[in-house]
Amino acid sequence: MTLYHIMKIKKYVNHAILYSLLILFGITMVFPFLWMLSTSLKDPSQVFTASLQLIPDPIVWKNYAEAWEAIPFGRFYMNSVAVALAVTLGQVLTSSMAAYAFSRLKFPGRDSIFLGYLATMMIPGMVVTIPVFILLKSLGWLDSYKALILPGVFSAYGTFMLRQFFMTLPADLEDAAKIDGCSLWRIYWQIILPLSKPALSTLAMFTFLGNWQSFFWPLVVTSSESMKTLPIGLSYFQDIYTTEWTLLMAGSIIVLVPALLVFILNQKFITQGIALTGLKG
Amino acid sequence: MARVILQNVWKRFGDAEIVKDFSLEVPDKEFCVLVGPSGCGKSTTLRMVAGLEEVTAGDIIIGDRRVNDLPPKDRDIAMVFQNYALYPHMTVYENMAFGLKLKKFSDPEISMRVKEAAEILGIAHLLDRKPKQLSGGQRQRVAVGRAIVRKPKVFLFDEPLSNLDAKLRVQMRAELKKMHERLQSTIIYVTHDQTEAMTMGDRICIMKDGSIQQVDNPLSVYEKPDNRFVGGFIGSPPMNFMEAEVIVRGEECFLNEGMFEIAVRRRYKDNVMPYVNKKLILGIRPEDIHDKLSFTLNLKEGNVMSGMVDVVEPLGSEIFLHVNTGKNEIICRVDAHSKVQPNNIIELVVDTRKIHLFEAETGCSILQ
Repeated sequence: MTLYHIMKIKKYVNHAILYSLLILFGITMVFPFLWMLSTSLKDPSQVFTASLQLIPDPIVWKNYAEAWEAIPFGRFYMNSVAVALAVTLGQVLTSSMAAYAFSRLKFPGRDSIFLGYLATMMIPGMVVTIPVFILLKSLGWLDSYKALILPGVFSAYGTFMLRQFFMTLPADLEDAAKIDGCSLWRIYWQIILPLSKPALSTLAMFTFLGNWQSFFWPLVVTSSESMKTLPIGLSYFQDIYTTEWTLLMAGSIIVLVPALLVFILNQKFITQGIALTGLKG
Repeated sequence: MARVILQNVWKRFGDAEIVKDFSLEVPDKEFCVLVGPSGCGKSTTLRMVAGLEEVTAGDIIIGDRRVNDLPPKDRDIAMVFQNYALYPHMTVYENMAFGLKLKKFSDPEISMRVKEAAEILGIAHLLDRKPKQLSGGQRQRVAVGRAIVRKPKVFLFDEPLSNLDAKLRVQMRAELKKMHERLQSTIIYVTHDQTEAMTMGDRICIMKDGSIQQVDNPLSVYEKPDNRFVGGFIGSPPMNFMEAEVIVRGEECFLNEGMFEIAVRRRYKDNVMPYVNKKLILGIRPEDIHDKLSFTLNLKEGNVMSGMVDVVEPLGSEIFLHVNTGKNEIICRVDAHSKVQPNNIIELVVDTRKIHLFEAETGCSILQ
């Protein structure tokens, strides 16, 4: 056997090991989702059977209809979409404007202000929950869209990420725009933003997904039924004494679909975005 | 079109003085080149004219207006950047039209101007492309086109050819010069490349450490450098410098390098006399040192030096020799067919009409 053959075999073996490991991890990741899908189609009596049955028999489609009927899904859906979209739009706008100022404009104290802003990232969200709650209460905004949306619109993380991206754009472009007669606002709007689409999409996606599944904050600030969002709705299927597993899973699937769609459609941006936040951030 | 005047312009960043007391008048229609090593403040000076940097002190006048406090867009200038600075998300047409749109020109007017400029630059067939679909040379043309369409009073070029390969650079050099003749515009052109400066400029302004060293037309700068820096910076390969002592013997005055002596011509004698028995810096350009075998002019004994050849650099049209005199390493230019080999001993003749002499401490020329 020549050296060449040995090398080749070695390569195959290496690949075999690598791929088996990757497949194993892949299954571990995907299995809970498949299990969720499977449970959502089972009869309640089959949920806790001893055998590991992935394809239910019979397939109970009506779980979905029941789940939809059991809670005011329509209203919750609308709330969730509205809140997630508003927060996303708001956050992309405020973060990009702040990032532009922090990366491109020169003003006294800029870097210390930015550092202070960054420092807020070190404070766990739970710590500020009560102060923000009290603030909203004294403003009389509790149990409203304002309470659901506004606190999420400002993000040190988004500002930081976009600032790092903006700093990679060549300064000459801005100089050229100034000579062409652009105002600062126009440079931001017509030069910086169009060139930052990958970073903006990434931020938008992270924000949207984060808000879509947000449970704690909406639970804290809403009290009336008409203000609740989907994740809270899902929790209705679970109470102290019983959990309607089939309905909960069916509901979860319904909730998951839009997030999954967003993810699949923007897969390219997400991987880019992770690379961006990882390497340049 | 307009003249540009800089009067005692200073630029400081904190404690660092980037541009020091810079005064220059660029007359209407002149092609003026600012040249110097990197970090000499030439780009900063240009950016101050453009309005991209604030002026710490002094006045900048374009036409008859003091423009210190005007934003770039109101200065009636156009600038071409080293890395082209084309907007990547716009087509060539949009890139060129962008400034005109902001100035609220009518669409037909914009279209006419863009097409006219595109014709001049030979990029009419590229108008629908995005910058990333263009080669470096084409991008450079678009960048120039973006400047032309504005019909500015003054063009500012910031090392526009540095990113191009050598061949394209030579071609673009000629094209920019042609464009200047055609547009009859005032141009301030920044480069670190002395060849670009020599070949393109009506006048050259040589800078070092934020100060002007000399301003003159290319030939004068080459033949009569005001100081040692200019002598060494302009010309390639650079001027040879060596320390030499001034000696008087009888009526004659000599420069003694240690290993050889050259006689000072009578017309320079008055300049040299104050330095008798002192050191001067002798500067001789490579082309003014000749192989004794092929030098046919009237030869005076004593203007000959000999040295060992270290390196032979044949360029086809000529050969550069690196010769060690025993005290200094000098470069000289000899005939392309010279048979000199490394480690040969060679006798060289200095053309004493073409020597340069600088004060040892200040570096200032004493032959002016």
